[in-house]
Amino acid sequence: MRLRDKRFLAGLALLLIFIIALVFPAIAPDSSTTNMGVFTLMYVGLATAWNIMGGYTGYISLGHAGFFGFGSYALGLLLAKLGIQGGYTPFLFVPLAGILTALLAVVVGWFALRTRAATFVIVTIAFMFILQLLAENLVGLTGGGAGLGFPSPPWRGAFYNIPFYYAMLVLALLGLGVSWWIRRSKFGLGLLAIRDDEDKALAVGVPAGAFKLTAFVVSAALVGMIGGVYGYYVTFIYPQFVVDPLIGISMVLMVFLGGLGTLGGPVLGALILEPAQLWLAYQYGASRLYLVFYASIFLLVILLMPRGIIPSVRDLLTRWRARAGGSNGAPGAMREPPAAAQEGAAP
Amino acid sequence: MTLVLEAAVLGILTGGVYALMASGLTLIFGVMRIINVGHGALVILGAYLSFVLWRNLNIDPFLSLVVTMPVMFVLGVILQIVFVRPLKTDREALSVLVTYALALGIEGLLGYIFTSNYVQITAWYDTASFPIGSFRITYVYVYGFLLCLAILGAIFLMLYRTTFGGAIRATMLNRTAAQLVGIDVDRVSAITFGIGMATAAAGGVVFGITNTFNPGSHYDLISRLLTIIVLGGLGSLRGAIIAALVMLVATDITAVVISPVWASFVFFVILVAVLLVRPQGLFGATVRDRL
Repeated sequence: MRLRDKRFLAGLALLLIFIIALVFPAIAPDSSTTNMGVFTLMYVGLATAWNIMGGYTGYISLGHAGFFGFGSYALGLLLAKLGIQGGYTPFLFVPLAGILTALLAVVVGWFALRTRAATFVIVTIAFMFILQLLAENLVGLTGGGAGLGFPSPPWRGAFYNIPFYYAMLVLALLGLGVSWWIRRSKFGLGLLAIRDDEDKALAVGVPAGAFKLTAFVVSAALVGMIGGVYGYYVTFIYPQFVVDPLIGISMVLMVFLGGLGTLGGPVLGALILEPAQLWLAYQYGASRLYLVFYASIFLLVILLMPRGIIPSVRDLLTRWRARAGGSNGAPGAMREPPAAAQEGAAP
Repeated sequence: MTLVLEAAVLGILTGGVYALMASGLTLIFGVMRIINVGHGALVILGAYLSFVLWRNLNIDPFLSLVVTMPVMFVLGVILQIVFVRPLKTDREALSVLVTYALALGIEGLLGYIFTSNYVQITAWYDTASFPIGSFRITYVYVYGFLLCLAILGAIFLMLYRTTFGGAIRATMLNRTAAQLVGIDVDRVSAITFGIGMATAAAGGVVFGITNTFNPGSHYDLISRLLTIIVLGGLGSLRGAIIAALVMLVATDITAVVISPVWASFVFFVILVAVLLVRPQGLFGATVRDRL
């Protein structure tokens, strides 16, 4: 009964958020607000995608900016080679950029996932810098430091941001759908088992290698597609701005703020941090002081709430309920399993 | 051929600096099991400290280490106590984020004070050189190399000849067991972080004399340093030193044989190649525990 109530409320809240996201451009049509919407949705998608690997399996990748940049370059080059004009057609090629990114992720994952823990983190950082260097050095293909141009979108004025807003919304929803499906599937359970103890997971028959690689590839493909749309949105990309370590670390921070390994955590983290980041960059961007502010938020989040908002609040609610009524929670409510396993195990 | 030989000699000389910087990073990993992503930024901070002393007070960069190394040591101890010690759960993952944030903060602060213009520390002797065979070696590179050698020697002496060094090694081997035999591992960790920062200050001076740098230079630096310590095996001092020399010789030779733009690329190619054969690095033990 209680569970159904909770489900119903959660469903209602989700529907409300979805409707707000859908009509947001109509409520606030001026282009600086919709621009903020595009970037916020972009990070909702990026954080959700990163969480599929980092949150569910516990493998922290700091190199996802590499996939973001690769997807961006992949779409840009596809459009340039095929001579596609600006308009809605470039969006049709976004999945193709995603597939190309997935292929790259298979190769990268194949060797990066031979390592664990700290080494994996470092290998992903190295991978990101390899891609940045390649984008800079393969001048014949990417244009190097001079950048790569996209076909210019034909939309003018306040409408310019709208197609990109909905493209980002679609990708964010796709990411959320995939993430939700994984959480409920046996595959997702396997990923959580890997996170808790990879050797034991292997021992009970979880094909850890294949599962990890699949999660890595799915996560990278989503990031690559978002990178593609981003490239088309900004119309001109440069190696150091699309393969930007700051993009890579931002999505990680958002997941940690919202709640690592939870479905809603990355969304919440992105909704809080990205507008804050944009505002800081707008206010203090010229002086580089915004980096100091950003770093301070970053440190506060991790030191005060290392488990993220959603797990912390859930803890608080459980404790509060236990103190108030005692027996109305589920029998298992008192012992707190890892936040993700709790929902992941629900049938 | 002479060019290649010259590049190799230069690679060994600059490799010494990277060995020093990487040794601090790998010691910190060994003792605390954290990856200090902020190490590059702290090296750059050390370079800027010496830069200020040299520009404003005209203090010789090498001499300025008498001031900057203790300052950075104290800063390191404080950073460890404030930011690293509170991390109890999920230490490796969270430490990456915390130190990344430190790097961003330092980058932002340095950018605010010094802008993003490139600077370089210079000294009156920095263009002086001496001949070896058919090419000339700049004295500054040799001084830097000797300095790094001396500091690395001091670290080895401390690790293997003092009681405190024994405590560090014990903590690296097994933190819990070290605690059980009465070692104050928190104190060992804080001091090790301080030592790491002091070596970063020294590395920063030599880096600042031999390169131009700006607040954003730490990205390139940290990616190289991390690659070096992974290649050498995380937590292995010997591995870090050998890996640094191998990497820098390889990059410098690539720079003359192929092109300078591909020099950094070789770094990562070597990393990938080694990891395919030995995922634990050249001298590393297999890492069993995950994030």
